[in-house]
Amino acid sequence: MITNPNAYDLIIAILNAIGVYNIILGFFQDQGMEYVLRIIIVLVEVAVVVVFALVTVMFLSWLERKMFAVVQSRYGPMVTGPRGLFQPIADGIKLLGKEDIIPAKADRWIFTLAPFIVFVSVLLVFIPLPFGESLILSDLRVGLLYIIAISAITPVSILLAGWASNNKYSLMGAIRAVAQDISYTIPLAITAIAVVVFVGSLSTVDIVNAQQGYWFGFIPKWFIFLQPLGFILFLIACIAEMGRIPFDFQESEQELVAGFFTEYSGMKFAMFFLAEYAHLFAVSGIIVTIFLGGWTGPAIPLIPIQITSLIYFMIKTYAVIFFAMWLRDTVPRVRIDQLLHLGWKIMIPLALLNLLFAAFLVTFVVTAGVR
Amino acid sequence: METETLLLNMGPVHPSTHGVLRFKLRMDGEIIRDCQIVVGYLHRGTEKFGEMKTYLQFIPYTDRLDYIAAMPNNYAYVKAVEELAGIEVPQRAEYIRVLVMELNRVINHLVFMGSLLLDLGASTMIMYGFRERENALQLYESLCGARMTFNYIRPGGVREDLPDGFIPKLNEFIKDMEKRIVDYEELVNGNEIFLMRMKNIGVINAEEAINYGMTGPSMRGSGVDHDIRKLEPYSIYQDLDFKACMRREGDSYARYLVRVDEIRESLHILKQIVDKLPKGNTINQRYGFAPNTGAPSAVTSYFPRIFTPAEGEVYSRIEAPKGELGFFVASDGTTKPYRVKIRSPSFCNLVALPKMVLGLKIPDLIAAFGTIDIVLGDVDR
Repeated sequence: MITNPNAYDLIIAILNAIGVYNIILGFFQDQGMEYVLRIIIVLVEVAVVVVFALVTVMFLSWLERKMFAVVQSRYGPMVTGPRGLFQPIADGIKLLGKEDIIPAKADRWIFTLAPFIVFVSVLLVFIPLPFGESLILSDLRVGLLYIIAISAITPVSILLAGWASNNKYSLMGAIRAVAQDISYTIPLAITAIAVVVFVGSLSTVDIVNAQQGYWFGFIPKWFIFLQPLGFILFLIACIAEMGRIPFDFQESEQELVAGFFTEYSGMKFAMFFLAEYAHLFAVSGIIVTIFLGGWTGPAIPLIPIQITSLIYFMIKTYAVIFFAMWLRDTVPRVRIDQLLHLGWKIMIPLALLNLLFAAFLVTFVVTAGVR
Repeated sequence: METETLLLNMGPVHPSTHGVLRFKLRMDGEIIRDCQIVVGYLHRGTEKFGEMKTYLQFIPYTDRLDYIAAMPNNYAYVKAVEELAGIEVPQRAEYIRVLVMELNRVINHLVFMGSLLLDLGASTMIMYGFRERENALQLYESLCGARMTFNYIRPGGVREDLPDGFIPKLNEFIKDMEKRIVDYEELVNGNEIFLMRMKNIGVINAEEAINYGMTGPSMRGSGVDHDIRKLEPYSIYQDLDFKACMRREGDSYARYLVRVDEIRESLHILKQIVDKLPKGNTINQRYGFAPNTGAPSAVTSYFPRIFTPAEGEVYSRIEAPKGELGFFVASDGTTKPYRVKIRSPSFCNLVALPKMVLGLKIPDLIAAFGTIDIVLGDVDR
C-alpha cells in the first residue's frame, strides 16, 4: 500500500529544496546517528502542532467571547490589545497567578492527573488530522478509528475529575458527561462508518482524497451531498461529544454550578478550558475532513497546494466552529433524559438506517473513492 | 441493586437560585424525591423597621423588597397609609402612579424572560431584556433620579411631576418594545428545545394553586382568573381597558406565556395613560406645603414629614408584577405605625414549588423555579 505523504516528508522536501538536507543528513550519518535526525524532525512537527493548537485555543476563546458579544449587542473584550485580541493572554496570566486549591477530601493524585489526561487526549486527536495536502503528522491507516478511540478517553478523565473532587455537583456532572458520551459515540461511529463504506479506508487522507473532484462539473464530491442525514447526525453527535450548548451537561452551570470542574482552580482549570477549545477545533476539523471535503478546493495558480489546502481547511473548519458558537448563543440546554432519549431512540436508529443507505448506494449506484 | 438517596444542598450560594435561596433536595440519581426550601438568608427585618420609622421614612425600605420592580412596593405601602389616614389623591398623580407601575411591570417581565432563559442555559435573552430595561431605567432616572430604588410615590400623590420630554421618550420606548417583543417571541417561543424544557413541567392545577395561596401571573398560568386590578380596581384601573392574561395549562410554559402577554397588556395600558393623562397637581395640596413652581428640577411637592393617622388598621393589596402584594398597617395614633406586615407575592408563590417539582429532575426544578419569578428581597424581607 502506498502511504500518503505526511509532514515528515514535507519537511524533508523543504530542506531539500533549500539544499541543506543532504548536508545535515551527511553530518548525522557520519556520526552513525541517522535516527537522531528523524527524532528531531518529529519533535519539530510535534512542537509546531502543539504551538498551533495553543494559539488556536487562545484565538478561539477570544472569538467565542467576541461572537457572543456581537450576538448580544455588546462589545466584548476591548481593552487588552487591538479589539481585545490579547485577552486570552491576560486570562492565562491571571489563571497562572491563582492559588491552586486541592480540596481536603479530594483524591490528590487523580485530582491532579485528570486535567492533564483531558488535555493530552484532545491533543492526540490532532495526529491524524489532515490540515492540508501532506500537512499531517501521521497518516494512520486506522485514522478514523483512532480518533473515535482517543475521543473516548475524555469521558474517563472527566469521571476521574468528578470522582476525585469529592463534590456532589462534580460527581453528578461527571456521571452525566459519561452517560452522554457513551450514548453519542455510538451514532458518531456509525455515521463515520457510513463514510468509510464509500471510501474503503479508515485513513483520513484517503477520505479527503476521495472527496476531490466534482459531479456534473460543479457540485464538489463532498460526502455531505452523498450523506446529508449522516452529516446532520454526525454534527449533532459531535456537538454532544464536545459538550457544548445545547448539550453541555458536564458543566450545566445553572444546575451543577460548574459540573465536573467545580473544584478546580488556577492552571488545572485552565487545562480544562484549553482542552475544551482544542476539542472544539479538533472536532470541527474532523467534521470538515469527513463531510466537507477536508482541504480540497479549487487550486490557485502559483501558490503551492500545501498553502492553499491549509487555507481551505481553515476556512471550512472555522465555518463549523462558527456554527457551534452561533448555536451556543441561541438555544437553551436540553434536559439529560431528553438528550439520552434523542441519542438512543432517534439518532442510533437513524444512523443505522443511514449506514444501510450508504451500503445500498455503494453496491448499486456509485462507486466513489478509492475502491 | 440497593441505592441510596443523595442529600444535595443547592444554595444559598448557587448560580441559579436567584440570590441566597437554599434548596434541600433528596435526590434519587437525577430525580427529586424531596424538596425543602430554606429561606431567611436575606432577612433584614423590614417589617420591624416599619414599626421604628415614621410613615414617610418607611417608604425607601419598601423599595428594597422587590428591587426588580420597586414602584408597586412604594405604591402598595402608600396606598395602605392613604386608606388609613383617608388622604385624597389628585387624578394626575394617580395616572402617573399607574404609569410608573405598569412600566415597572414591563421591566419585571423582561428580567423574568432573561433570567428564565439564562436558567435554561441560553444567555442571550437576558442581554436583550436588559437592553430594553436600560431605556426604561433611564426614564425613571429622569423622573426621580433613581434607577431601581425610587422612593417616588408619596401619600397624597407622587414626589415630582413628569419632567420635560418624558412622554415622547416613553412613546419611543413603547414603540420600540412593541417591535422587540415580537423578536423575543420568535427567539424564544419558537425554540423547540425551549418548548421541550417548559411544556408539562412544574404543573400545578387551579385548585392546588389556590390552596397554596399563589397569586399573580404564576396563578393565572393555572387558569385562575385572579387579577386584583380587575377584582378590586384601585387607582384608575377601572377607567383603563386591559384584560387579565390567563392560560389554562398550569405548566411552566403557561406561566411564561402569561407574562409575555402581560408585557403587551402593560404597553397597551401605558399608551392609554399617555393619551388620557390629565393636567393638575401631582400631590394633594392640603398636604403638600410647597408651592408648585412648575420647574422640573425643583422639588415641587412634598408631604408633611410627620403625621398621625387616627387609630385603626388597614390591609390593602395591589397586583404587583409578581402577584398580590399586600400591606397590613396598624396605627395606634402615634407618628409611627404600630405594626407593618407585608404579604409578599414571591414568598407565597415560592411555597408551591416543592409541589411542582417532586418526581422531576434538577433541570426541571430550575425551570419551574424560574417561572415562579421570585426576588429574594421580597421573599425574606
